[in-house]
Amino acid sequence: MVDPFLLQLLVGFFVGSIAGLLGSLMIIKRMALVSGPLGHLALPGVALALLYNFNLFLGALISITIGSIFIWLLRLRSKLYLEVLVGIIFASFVALGFLFLPIEHAEEALIGNILKINKIDLLVSFIIWVVSLILLKRLYSKLILLSISEELAKTENIEPKKYYFFYLVLIALICALSVKIIGILLTAALTILPAAFANNLSRNLSQYFYLSFFVGGLGTSFGIFVSRVFNLPAGPLIILSFAFLFVISLIFQRK
Amino acid sequence: MEKVLEVKNLQVRIKKETIIENLSFEVKEREIFCILGPNGAGKTTLFKALLGLIPFSGTIKWKEGIKIGYLPERLSRRSFANIPITIKDFFFIKTKDLKKIKEYLEEVGLDSSKILDKNPSQLSAGQFQRFLISWVLISEPQVLLLDEPTTNVDISGENFLLNFLSKQREKRNLTILLITHDLDIVYGFATKVLCIYKKLLCSGIPREILTPQLLEKLYGAKLKFYIHKHG
Repeated sequence: MVDPFLLQLLVGFFVGSIAGLLGSLMIIKRMALVSGPLGHLALPGVALALLYNFNLFLGALISITIGSIFIWLLRLRSKLYLEVLVGIIFASFVALGFLFLPIEHAEEALIGNILKINKIDLLVSFIIWVVSLILLKRLYSKLILLSISEELAKTENIEPKKYYFFYLVLIALICALSVKIIGILLTAALTILPAAFANNLSRNLSQYFYLSFFVGGLGTSFGIFVSRVFNLPAGPLIILSFAFLFVISLIFQRK
Repeated sequence: MEKVLEVKNLQVRIKKETIIENLSFEVKEREIFCILGPNGAGKTTLFKALLGLIPFSGTIKWKEGIKIGYLPERLSRRSFANIPITIKDFFFIKTKDLKKIKEYLEEVGLDSSKILDKNPSQLSAGQFQRFLISWVLISEPQVLLLDEPTTNVDISGENFLLNFLSKQREKRNLTILLITHDLDIVYGFATKVLCIYKKLLCSGIPREILTPQLLEKLYGAKLKFYIHKHG
């Protein structure tokens, strides 16, 4: 038997570290809010999962996938800014989610419930962790080049669409996984805050990579640990720990 | 001299608007081939088509196996400012050979010991341009496509760049395609010029074909200044 608390700490580390890495790419592309709406897209699926008692991760992932397809379809049809389209779909999904969401489970859906983390979550998050870590390590500098100049990237045979797709799939997976840990409201913070911390302190790309990774992972586990000590919900404490770290990093930031 | 590039009946349409129509030309090895035209003439679009970055109809035939280096126009120091990336990191995307990186930086007159660990946004505009050129050259291209390379640098930076490119052309047998607004560059540097405004207006050796009438057609009233200067 794995101790449930250890289980939570491990899942927290796996999800948080990849979220940090994805965030490190997100904040330099000025796409900081993408993961916010993506998290919100999870609500209908989460509501159904809570109603019919199946795995939240699965519900969230299906819901995010459907939402993303809707955004993509709208993008093909509409001339409006992507942000507007994302806003429309995200508001509709949140509204739809609240139609089904059993009110006694509202807190769980919105800010997470780490007590629900089980061995399947550990297995799934571990597999996703290994695969995405290997891929991100290999593709990191190419994704960075892509965020500096798509044209230069193309001349280096980096096909933007393929890379963006890969990146979005990872974000959707991590958002879905983080529903149990921090809920749908705070998923954006889990990606942005560790990366913002790392961006302030790093002087080169490899520092940035490892700081985002370890701060994301260890910070999430630390928040879970603190929540256990004070017997308070983990999601908000994880985010507040990161926010505290971010303020500290402002003092020591690179010039 | 051997043909490096052959373009026939090139047509590019973006969102139903024709940006380039019926353009045909050739570029030969070791030419310094300037592309001249007002804003919106389709110069950058032409480069993108040549690089295969956008769809087009017609034929674009590069010499087999040729390696192309490209310096886009819009790349600025700001693109690097919010990323913790050093100049070394940026070269590492292409090669991990530190000795070679240093050589290429020294070649453009940059002190590698001082700048390798800096962020590109900390360089001056002139240094930044040299750094980008060395980054493009480290892949050892045989053709260089430069989009307005002198826009953001001062006169001494511009002179350095043009001298440097001439030397590189000798040393590496480089062919250079260059987009510019600057007639001084065309007169002083180009071996051939192509004037376009959506379609071909003329092409040839700069001093032979750039008549005041043609320039007026190309640039309209703005040109009086130039006619004075060169007249």
